Amino acid sequence: MTRSLTLASRYRLVLLTLALLLPLFLLLGASLGAYPIPPLEIPRILLRGEGMEYQVLTALRFPRVLGAALVGALLALAGAALQGLFRNPLVDPGLIGVSSGAALGAAVFIVLVPGASLLETYALPAFAFLGGLLATWILWQVARTPWGVQVAVLLLSGIALNALVGAALGILVFLANDEQLRSLTFWTLGGFSAVTWNLLLSVLPLALLALALLLPLARPLNALALGEREAFHLGVELEGLKRRLVAGAALGVGAAVALAGGVGFLGLVAPHLFRLLAGPDHRFLLPGAALLGASLAVAADLLARTLAAPAEIPVGVLTALLGGPFFLYLVLRYKREVYRA
Amino acid sequence: MLEARDLGYRAGGRWLLRGVDLTLGPGEFLAVLGPNGSGKTTLLRLLSGELKPAEGEVVLQGRSLAAYSPEVLARKRAVLSQTREMAFPFTAYEVAFLGRLPHLWGRREGPEDHERTREALERTRALPLRERLFFTLSGGEAMRVEAARLLAQDPHLFLLDEPTNHLDPRYALELLILFRSLAEGGRGVVAVLHDLNLAALFADRLLLLKEGRPLAQGSPQEVLRPELLEEAYGVPFQAVGSGEGPRLVLALPREREVPHGA
Repeated sequence: MTRSLTLASRYRLVLLTLALLLPLFLLLGASLGAYPIPPLEIPRILLRGEGMEYQVLTALRFPRVLGAALVGALLALAGAALQGLFRNPLVDPGLIGVSSGAALGAAVFIVLVPGASLLETYALPAFAFLGGLLATWILWQVARTPWGVQVAVLLLSGIALNALVGAALGILVFLANDEQLRSLTFWTLGGFSAVTWNLLLSVLPLALLALALLLPLARPLNALALGEREAFHLGVELEGLKRRLVAGAALGVGAAVALAGGVGFLGLVAPHLFRLLAGPDHRFLLPGAALLGASLAVAADLLARTLAAPAEIPVGVLTALLGGPFFLYLVLRYKREVYRA
Repeated sequence: MLEARDLGYRAGGRWLLRGVDLTLGPGEFLAVLGPNGSGKTTLLRLLSGELKPAEGEVVLQGRSLAAYSPEVLARKRAVLSQTREMAFPFTAYEVAFLGRLPHLWGRREGPEDHERTREALERTRALPLRERLFFTLSGGEAMRVEAARLLAQDPHLFLLDEPTNHLDPRYALELLILFRSLAEGGRGVVAVLHDLNLAALFADRLLLLKEGRPLAQGSPQEVLRPELLEEAYGVPFQAVGSGEGPRLVLALPREREVPHGA
């Protein structure tokens, strides 16, 4: 009993810490930047409702940090859920095709739609989102068998699709002119500078739907850790779970990509960090990874804006720069545990 | 409680199992025997609802298995399967606690759920393992934790696929004594067993399968006859012991195959 209590209290403690950490990061993200605003001044500035600082906060900083938090939360939550579904801690949300489908959707729009730059604010996210959903839907159809959807097939066809999309992107890059190339590169590297209130509000319903689909799946995901058959023996309706989870993850990642382009590694790293800090119980992992992902995204954006100020490093570059070595560390840890080498 | 009528399952154009009838009342322990590939595990998977029969049906407490939702079914029967995999660093306690899952749909866990999990771990002598990570346990330790998970699930029917695999004689006996006592308490138990003599010791009735067909069904005395066993397994058997103590059957090499010095 003592253990189960201490275990539960450790989960709660980590979750609480993360819940307190996020507002702190949001505040820092809002206050720091090319035009620094002291964090404690922020309430006063908001109350005054006018002036330069007010403009910077409400028109630039707030949508940007909130967008970053939302993107981080969605990617991390989708990552945690997909890792649970594939029962593999090294799974990235990109594996169900959303990210590459979205990248292709965006590239098709940028390169092949004439006069694209005029429509960019809304049409580009929409193309990316639809491309992501379409790719996932195709993978889902491929993985269907008379005995239900096979997650191994889903994974393998995801790899095939990623390769194919890579080739298609190459062709589009070849066709693109300089200006298109620039906006394509900018988009694939990811970043939160294009987030506006309008974009944020139009993506919000999708994001909330993804949260509503994914968060209640914690208990079935715990059972699934024992294997699909055991999960069924424990009363989990497997096909319904898979359908809901993949739909939720595709919506979430699609919305995230529409907001910020290709921001990598958050979906992989955040669930992992939470498991290291607290443990694998999905009831805490799903909200915990979302909170952690949100904080990490805000922090990454903050670094991207300030490290080389006044220039801005693309966030995708930064997350890959930090995420790559972390992933390697995880692989080495895995190697030690499994092969004792 | 459990009834299978003319049960059959096909895969890849081949009947893996056909023509199996069985009934199990509350308080009964049925052991399923047979050589490798004779359809024992397939039978268990059909009885658990995991596979849909191609022929016949399984009825649990008056309702066809097909009419149960997975969730309701999980409150009626628990399954111990042979595969043991764990993707994430859950502790033994958390694994045993998963047995409470079917009782937690639509409500929060309470102290009684933890109490039951603890009792279950105690009954399978796995309580000292509770803080260990499940995937670091030995085969025997993991089996005891899994058995505790089944107890925590608190079902009417236990389906066990070779529960004594990986267990040394002491834990094998203890585990079968545990499920025997659960049967005495009114639960039903169906266990696939490889050890014929353990089956005779603990089961009320035996079902002997060969190539997916039932070869014999009845009391241990009726089924464990050397000629029947030879037909099933393709090696000669001898019955040993009489009067005092249990009667045992042994598989024996044919005379020309006896190794030197024997």
